[in-house]
Amino acid sequence: MRPFDRWAVGLTVPAVLLTTLFYVLPIAQVLVLSVTEPAPGLANYEQLLGSRAVARVVMTTLEVSLWTTALTIAASYVVAYALVQMRPSVRRVALFMVLVPFWISVLVRAFSWITILRREGLVNLAVTGLGIVDEPLQLVHNRTGVIIGMVHYMMPFAVLLIYANLAGIDRRIMQAGRSLGARPMTVFWKLWVPLSAPGIAVATLFVFIFSLGFLITPTLLGAGRTVMVAEYISVQITNTLRWGVATGLSTMLLVAVGFVVFIAMRQPALRAAFSGRQG
Amino acid sequence: MSFLVARDLRKTYGPVTALADIGLDVEEGEFVTLLGPSGSGKTTLLMAIAGFTRPDSGTISLAGRDITGVEPEDRDFGFVFQGYALFPHMSVADNIAFPLKVRKWDRARVDARVEEMLGTVGLADLARRKPRELSGGQQQRVAIARALAFHPKILLLDEPLSALDRTLRETMQRELKRLHRQTGVTFLYVTHDQEEAIAMSDRIAVFQKGRIVQVGAPRDLYYAPSTRFVAGFLGVNNLVDARLVRGADGAVEIEALGARVALPPGKVADLPEGPATVFMRPEDIALEPTPGEPALAIAGTVADVSFVGSFDLVVIEPRGGPEITAHLPADRTRALPVGAPITVFVRADAIGVVPNT
Repeated sequence: MRPFDRWAVGLTVPAVLLTTLFYVLPIAQVLVLSVTEPAPGLANYEQLLGSRAVARVVMTTLEVSLWTTALTIAASYVVAYALVQMRPSVRRVALFMVLVPFWISVLVRAFSWITILRREGLVNLAVTGLGIVDEPLQLVHNRTGVIIGMVHYMMPFAVLLIYANLAGIDRRIMQAGRSLGARPMTVFWKLWVPLSAPGIAVATLFVFIFSLGFLITPTLLGAGRTVMVAEYISVQITNTLRWGVATGLSTMLLVAVGFVVFIAMRQPALRAAFSGRQG
Repeated sequence: MSFLVARDLRKTYGPVTALADIGLDVEEGEFVTLLGPSGSGKTTLLMAIAGFTRPDSGTISLAGRDITGVEPEDRDFGFVFQGYALFPHMSVADNIAFPLKVRKWDRARVDARVEEMLGTVGLADLARRKPRELSGGQQQRVAIARALAFHPKILLLDEPLSALDRTLRETMQRELKRLHRQTGVTFLYVTHDQEEAIAMSDRIAVFQKGRIVQVGAPRDLYYAPSTRFVAGFLGVNNLVDARLVRGADGAVEIEALGARVALPPGKVADLPEGPATVFMRPEDIALEPTPGEPALAIAGTVADVSFVGSFDLVVIEPRGGPEITAHLPADRTRALPVGAPITVFVRADAIGVVPNT
């Protein structure tokens, strides 16, 4: 190793120390707590697996995450597709608008959604005022509200991931499709969609895993009626002080995410995405 | 009226004029090459004919029908792209079947045609491969087979051989000529490579700065270029500033590189007296004059000699002008050290004259 390389490796030492101290050790401690608190053994896991409340929370988490993922990917694909079709000058403005939510705190966003979606909110005023519905819609403090807030939070990530993929596709392939007689719909479904499979796969995996751990958005927009895993864990730690249950559930979430990644990485589209080639 | 007719096509990109009121006629079954340096408008014209570029003004018509506003997918033109643009997620067979499936051909007909096209381009064994598993030359063949599979009215080719190495390029040139003969489809071919254009085309349209400066058979362009640009672009040419002098009896003399010679009658009928450009091909420059024929005698010094194989490439620095290149027989050049004085001769009838601009 040359002296420069030694220096370069040396520069990573603080990061390794920080990660070990503040990330790896706490996670290890979570694992340890889950089998020692309040008494050594697997009692926490037995309790978790037997609890109907936990089962309901897990089911809610899965359903909300799946809905969030599906809606986020569909909506983000539309935006990303529009982005690649735009003239560069327009695209710069559009990309900036995609990025704006990144600078707004998740708390502010959640409260904004509550004011927009509540019974006397903007949306309900509009739809009742226009006579589209008679009764105000129940859009918040339930699962719908949680999903709306989560989709909003996840979209910029998904848009950027899919956009990066679409922008890398050779546009001559689409021209070739048209010259061979394919109409816009055929070009979209037979060429754009399959060629963007790696981007869709990465965005799907990312959004789904991220969704599983949402805390603030479901807590505020779900108002206790839609409880997801992270909120349940948080309640166990701060309110009921059942640390053993909380750490046990955290461990199970960690394992579940690991399992999802493991399964996903066996898909050709994802492997392609991570090896940097198309198709 | 011709099969494909482009009239007064104009296209500008901001301050850049890509097409300056271009017109072109192509007969059915012809192999026409659009030749020119990059940025001369040849690809813009091809894209306009394909339908991907909307001209600002002018019309394109096919067999008497105006197709200027027709979408590319409705034109039935095959297009071979630079870099091939194969569908990377489909096998070779599926690539070729794509235009047939979008035309709703039935399964048996698609299969038969795909097999036929694979045979035509010699890729029957590779039907199940993905494009990335093929060599450049094989990908090229797939692109051509795909573009010809649906019996297109015209095949448009945009620098299809530019990514291939030299020997493969020559093989593919012959292959394309064979396909042209075999299918009878009209080929419209874009290239910046003059050798390629000369070797393949029935006619060549030479582009310069958004205009077509000359159209004609390769031989006509080679031997009778109409401008200095065409003379310089086709074949390796020595272009030299000269003076045209008309005598009282209609005789025309040319003065170049410190020498003077009378040109055969009729050679430069329409050029005025005064400055002009003469061109001399390296193969027309000799060490001795041909007996009984007038020749331009150029005196100078040898600047460089390089062995090329069948002849030697000799660079000569004439006394009164820029360097010229001559192909001289190899057995004679051993006596020509760099710096030695030399006199070479160009037959008067081998000297071409074009306007200075």
